[in-house]
Amino acid sequence: MIRINGLTHRIGATPILHDIDLTLPRGKLIALIGPNGAGKSTLLRLVARLEPLQAGRIEIDGLDLATTGTERLALAMAVMGQQTHVASRLRVAELVGFGRWPHHHGRPRAADREAVEQALDAFGLTPLRHRFLDEISGGQAQRAHLAMTFAQGTDWLLLDEPLNNLDMAHSRTLMARLADLVGARGRSVLTVVHEVNYAAAWADHIIAMKDGRIVAEGAPETVLTEPVLSALYDTPIEVSRHDDRPLVLHHHWHDQLGSPFPKPSDDTLRVLH
Amino acid sequence: MDRPAATLIAALLALLAASSLVWMFQGIGGGNRAFILQLRGTKLAGLVVVGAAVGIATVLFQTVAANRVLTPSIMGFDALYVLLQTGLVASLGVAGFAALPNAARFLASVAAMSLLAAMLFGTLVGRGAKDIPRTILTGVILGVLFRSLSTFLARIMDPNAFAVVQSVSFASFGSIDAALLPVAGGIAALCMAGAMWLAPRLDVVALGREAAVSLGLRFDRLVLVTLGLVGMLVSVSTALVGPVAFFGLLVAGLAHGLAPSARHAVLLPAAGLIGAVVLVAGQTLFERLMGQAATLSVVVEFAGGLFFLFLLLKGRVR
Repeated sequence: MIRINGLTHRIGATPILHDIDLTLPRGKLIALIGPNGAGKSTLLRLVARLEPLQAGRIEIDGLDLATTGTERLALAMAVMGQQTHVASRLRVAELVGFGRWPHHHGRPRAADREAVEQALDAFGLTPLRHRFLDEISGGQAQRAHLAMTFAQGTDWLLLDEPLNNLDMAHSRTLMARLADLVGARGRSVLTVVHEVNYAAAWADHIIAMKDGRIVAEGAPETVLTEPVLSALYDTPIEVSRHDDRPLVLHHHWHDQLGSPFPKPSDDTLRVLH
Repeated sequence: MDRPAATLIAALLALLAASSLVWMFQGIGGGNRAFILQLRGTKLAGLVVVGAAVGIATVLFQTVAANRVLTPSIMGFDALYVLLQTGLVASLGVAGFAALPNAARFLASVAAMSLLAAMLFGTLVGRGAKDIPRTILTGVILGVLFRSLSTFLARIMDPNAFAVVQSVSFASFGSIDAALLPVAGGIAALCMAGAMWLAPRLDVVALGREAAVSLGLRFDRLVLVTLGLVGMLVSVSTALVGPVAFFGLLVAGLAHGLAPSARHAVLLPAAGLIGAVVLVAGQTLFERLMGQAATLSVVVEFAGGLFFLFLLLKGRVR
């Protein structure tokens, strides 16, 4: 379980997160959604200790982020940020192999090699294992980074926009894999997702953020509603059903091409406040 | 180390041994052999130490900066060393400067240089991974600032002191400061051993800050330690032969190109050996076979500069 209490964060003088209290349950695929600048990535980066804590407290499975060593935390959570450029010229299998670093610190054993093989297999990378990262597509490289995160073998996986660079088919496959990690292997995933329908189709728990605050959280059916989403994105949104899950539809507003951000409706403003 | 990597290291060792033998015994004649061999041996040791120090420092720096174009020299490390020396001459005077024991003065300079380098460049390199043009520009500006301050100090000091400063301000592979060799060689050897010890962690650093932190590495601390090592290695090479701008870039580029693996356990010794081979073979060629018709430092810098332009034009800045 991840517990967040009184989390406030600023970049310079600009407030990014306002006094966030949140409890993230284990064994679920949790999606962070919200418009650009909502503070989703900052929240994830703070939990992932990629940014220093300014105020508040974060605990991951009982480990206080502020007082627990980074080596110990690496055995509790694996992080994939948006920075996936690698300066070294590595092969896919070598990159995935680094996921085992917290376990072997440079001296891999048979169990580590086995975990790497499983990760390559789980992300469909076995045929690409000997290819260099700069010889494969952006989407394949993204999968290789995800496989490295998976190979780390932690209970928690924290992913910042993992669907970047992935086409529709690979995005769907990836979300299905994440759901499988949670359902079949008991892992917990916290991921930032921009395309709400991937969260609608695969997430167990959704956190909606706007302007550095939690606007709504809970099961997809309770968060992905027309009033919440319309208020969240300042745009009229319809929610339908498909495969017994919410399906989010938004209007193209062809008649309002000159004004991409029209004034929110009274209903929207009421939900926001 | 796997077979291709071991083959590369063995080949480089063989090349270094061959070029060292030619350097030591070519045209030795029948004169005072002991004297000639001692003179040549000192110079050979200096060339090996400088070549290895520059090569390894550059690979280390490029790893923490996540950039294959940056070198400690381009970022103003050696200009900082020259400024420290100029400041010392300016404040103590020639007599005071000369009165300081060589080894003590050098050790103090190395310590100050490492501390300053880690402080000045630690933050910059951490941020630099995100904004390469700004990092290069800041490094170049810092280099210009250090050089300008050195020039300013040189202008207000007396001509004798200025002559002392001049002796540390220009690269010369032909006149290595033999007095500093034992202590400089010792420091370089310690730094290289430290770099090899860090090699597996540097492989993780090369994945970038986010991945390294996720894998449990104390990234910021490791960057500072690595920059401290870079500062010491640059101090060693600058103290022995003066500042060299593009030599490290050439050596690191060759190491990355020739090494069959991106592992630092291979890259670091490869870069050290390539640096030593280029200097020993180059100096043999220019000093013995071409009769000093050209200067190695100029040719090395010219080739390194062309390589820098090649990397920039190819867009291989990262």
